[in-house]
Amino acid sequence: MDFRLNEEQQMLQDTVARLVRGEYSFEKRLEYSESELGFSADFWKQLGELGLTAVPFPEELGGFGGSGVEVQSVMTELGRGLCIEPYLQSIVLGGGLISQAGNDQQKEQWLGGIASGETRAAVGLQEPQSFYDLNDVETRAEKSGGNYVLNGRKAVVIGGHCADVLVVSARTSGDSRDADGISLFLVPADAEGLERRTYPTIDGAKGCDLFLNNVTVGAEALLGEEGQGAGVIEYQAGRAIAALCGEAVGVMEVACDLTLEYLKQRKQFGVPIGRFQVLQHRMVDMMSELEQARSMAILAASVADEPQSDERRRILAAAKNVIGRSGQFISEQGIQSHGGIGMTWEYNFAHYAKRLIMINHQLGDDDFHLERYATLLQAS
Amino acid sequence: MNMNYTAEELAFRDEVRAFLDEKLPADIAAKVKGFRRLSKEDHQRWQKILSEQGWYATHWPEEYGGVKWTPVQKHIWDEESCRYGVPRSIPFGVNMVAPVIIKFGTEEQKQKYLPRILSGEDWWCQGYSEPGAGSDLASLKTRAVREGDHYIVNGQKTWTTLGQHANMIFCLVRTNTEVKAQEGISFLLIDMNTPGITVRPIITLDGEHEVNEVFFEDVKVPAENLVGEEDKGWTYAKYLLTYERTGLAGIGLSKAALQHLKELASRRLKNGKPLIEDTAFSQRIAQVEIDLMAAAISNLRIVASVEGGGMPGAESSMLKVRGTEIRQAINDLARRAIGPYAIPFVEEELDLDYDGDFLSDKNAAPLAAQYFNNRKLSIFGGSNEIQKNIVSKMILGL
Ligand SMILES: Cc1cc2nc3c(=O)[nH]c(=O)nc-3n(C[C@H](O)[C@H](O)[C@H](O)COP(=O)(O)OP(=O)(O)OC[C@H]3O[C@@H](n4cnc5c(N)ncnc54)[C@H](O)[C@@H]3O)c2cc1C
Ligand SMILES: Cc1cc2nc3c(=O)[nH]c(=O)nc-3n(C[C@H](O)[C@H](O)[C@H](O)COP(=O)(O)OP(=O)(O)OC[C@H]3O[C@@H](n4cnc5c(N)ncnc54)[C@H](O)[C@@H]3O)c2cc1C
Repeated sequence: MDFRLNEEQQMLQDTVARLVRGEYSFEKRLEYSESELGFSADFWKQLGELGLTAVPFPEELGGFGGSGVEVQSVMTELGRGLCIEPYLQSIVLGGGLISQAGNDQQKEQWLGGIASGETRAAVGLQEPQSFYDLNDVETRAEKSGGNYVLNGRKAVVIGGHCADVLVVSARTSGDSRDADGISLFLVPADAEGLERRTYPTIDGAKGCDLFLNNVTVGAEALLGEEGQGAGVIEYQAGRAIAALCGEAVGVMEVACDLTLEYLKQRKQFGVPIGRFQVLQHRMVDMMSELEQARSMAILAASVADEPQSDERRRILAAAKNVIGRSGQFISEQGIQSHGGIGMTWEYNFAHYAKRLIMINHQLGDDDFHLERYATLLQAS
Repeated sequence: MNMNYTAEELAFRDEVRAFLDEKLPADIAAKVKGFRRLSKEDHQRWQKILSEQGWYATHWPEEYGGVKWTPVQKHIWDEESCRYGVPRSIPFGVNMVAPVIIKFGTEEQKQKYLPRILSGEDWWCQGYSEPGAGSDLASLKTRAVREGDHYIVNGQKTWTTLGQHANMIFCLVRTNTEVKAQEGISFLLIDMNTPGITVRPIITLDGEHEVNEVFFEDVKVPAENLVGEEDKGWTYAKYLLTYERTGLAGIGLSKAALQHLKELASRRLKNGKPLIEDTAFSQRIAQVEIDLMAAAISNLRIVASVEGGGMPGAESSMLKVRGTEIRQAINDLARRAIGPYAIPFVEEELDLDYDGDFLSDKNAAPLAAQYFNNRKLSIFGGSNEIQKNIVSKMILGL
């Protein structure tokens, strides 16, 4: 048994790490965040030029053929830098859904651009009423001649504000929360009837809600088989969970490093505050939360590309549950250990703390995944 | 044992309710209940109404314009005002510096400052903490040197809440470096408009401007602004810190926040049903409601003991820690209740006059920000770790 990355994987992670270190100072991140695009176009371009946006795609598409492990290595470094580029949305989710379910023509049309970073994708899978259940789809796609007419609303589409193409779920049959009857559509951002309400996110990125008012797309926009989208979505969300676990680990690593450093350096009552046992034990607890999260991230990556099974579902639910809880623990206890300074905008720790809480609100929080795990619980 | 209010206390509660029904401006209550931002003007408008009623200074003797309420009456006021959405009074003037001036100040200081606090003419802020002196407050370094009939003040204060609105600051300053840290501190009243004072905002992680740094460079402060004796400031500061003995746990605020949470969870959906009907989520709400119930009774036990002339000890410090944990737990649940919509930060919806479409729930916009902001509850005014140190050292003898 060997839990280390192989040489190639290590090189990949080092490449991302170097790039992030060079381009992503805390000050620059704030600038990127406040720009209209909401992230760095230049950094995104560099990710593309170094082939990092192509990591999960097959070699014939200029990709790397990377698995969940490679994707996770990239995400961990992006997490360490608190990068706000839409890697998860465009590459893992958008590109991932197209490569999983797309026909040759769709792959040809979209994947080259997504893999190179020139085309940006985002996914509209949640709705205002759906909470975290991706089968709770009320957006409708009605057949009309050879076309589909889409009506409805998709919620909290991170990166959707600047995407060229949106992958949205819509119901072609069935009732609100049925798994059957969900279809996926490729909707170009400039489609008539598509409106976006753009907003900043509390952790420094940007997103939008999508309003679909009689958006008409041709049959070629249907991604995968009609009515069979739920399984595709669930599978890809699982890969995205593994990727997000990687990001979370990167964020937690830095949050723990910063806290530990501060405990050694900050003095009160004539001694470093790290001399107070309550803070020592809390730091140990934070580190052991990080270790739990690391282990579950590794486990999640190892099943990300396996065929779907209850075992895969259980592991991914468990992993997301663990990183949700450990992320919140590290965020809250890290702020507390810092005192007032841990709550300030000017100090990077606070931004790591915010990202950790918001990771819990993406793709289902710890409560949601606990419940999911419980329903999959094996009696023996 | 009797856990009921007396007939007089019930009559008082009716009086409070009648007053709030009639006088509390609806726009202000709506902001408070919806966790929206309050402007300086909102605070001042409400303060004026309270002052006119004679209910602003509930900790002052009547001769200075205070109102003499029993601990139970104060408790009733606290409960009712949280329920109605009364803005928290900014404590620095009325509840912090005023009791110190009343107890230790000169007659001139009382005549000068107390009426201006009552009328709202002065807005005070608290200059205790410094970059190097947080939990270890006594290590503060801001220096005041006596020169003739003035002190010359140099140094820096930080975390000064709402200092951007203030025209007065009460400061702990070092007047003697020769003695033990606690023995060389004085309590000075400083006009913020004095030359040499600079206020710089500190933005908190939720993007709010609520705290500040205050810099002092050769600031000339008249010697008559010293409260009590030179080098005795630590005693006054401690008096101030222990002054407010009830209401510290924020029970009323937690009750209001819990009510807000339940309403929110009744509107949000999960599996097509109101979230509050979801077993797991309703149990989480139930758990915090149970904890709050216990804390509320603990609080009443303290109120009753103070009413009977007792001094609360360890219970009030422990309750303060508990109270902050409960409020933070409620904020955590409110953020969870909006699911993915915790992520967008739609600042325009924080404005009560906002008349566009709400992105999700009408009260969703402030929830994540408030969760982050209220991490402060366990840090300021003596962190929870420091509170526990006090209980274990002073009371348990550890
Ligand atoms: C079921 C059982 C089996 C055992 N088997 C063996 C055995 O086979 N061989 C053997 O040699 N011993 C054995 N022990 C003894 C065991 O190692 C001791 O109980 C243990 O080292 C703790 O010592 P103590 O009980 O004297 O508690 P103490 O050391 O007196 O500790 C009391 C409490 O104080 C805490 N404490 C102590 N020092 C600190 C500190 N510096 N900082 C913070 N907290 C502190 C402890 O964590 C504990 O909570 C056994 C004990 C038990 C209960
Ligand atoms: C939003 C906000 C508003 C504030 N408003 C004001 C104001 O208006 N006026 C004002 O004067 N101050 C104000 N403060 C300052 C507040 O009182 C301090 O933040 C607080 O005293 C903690 O100090 P610190 O932030 O320097 O943390 P530190 O004292 O550096 O503490 C860092 C960590 O170490 C722990 N620690 C420190 N000493 C010990 C010990 N002996 N044992 C165990 N653990 C310990 C702390 O609990 C904390 O977890 C405000 C703070 C905040 C965050």
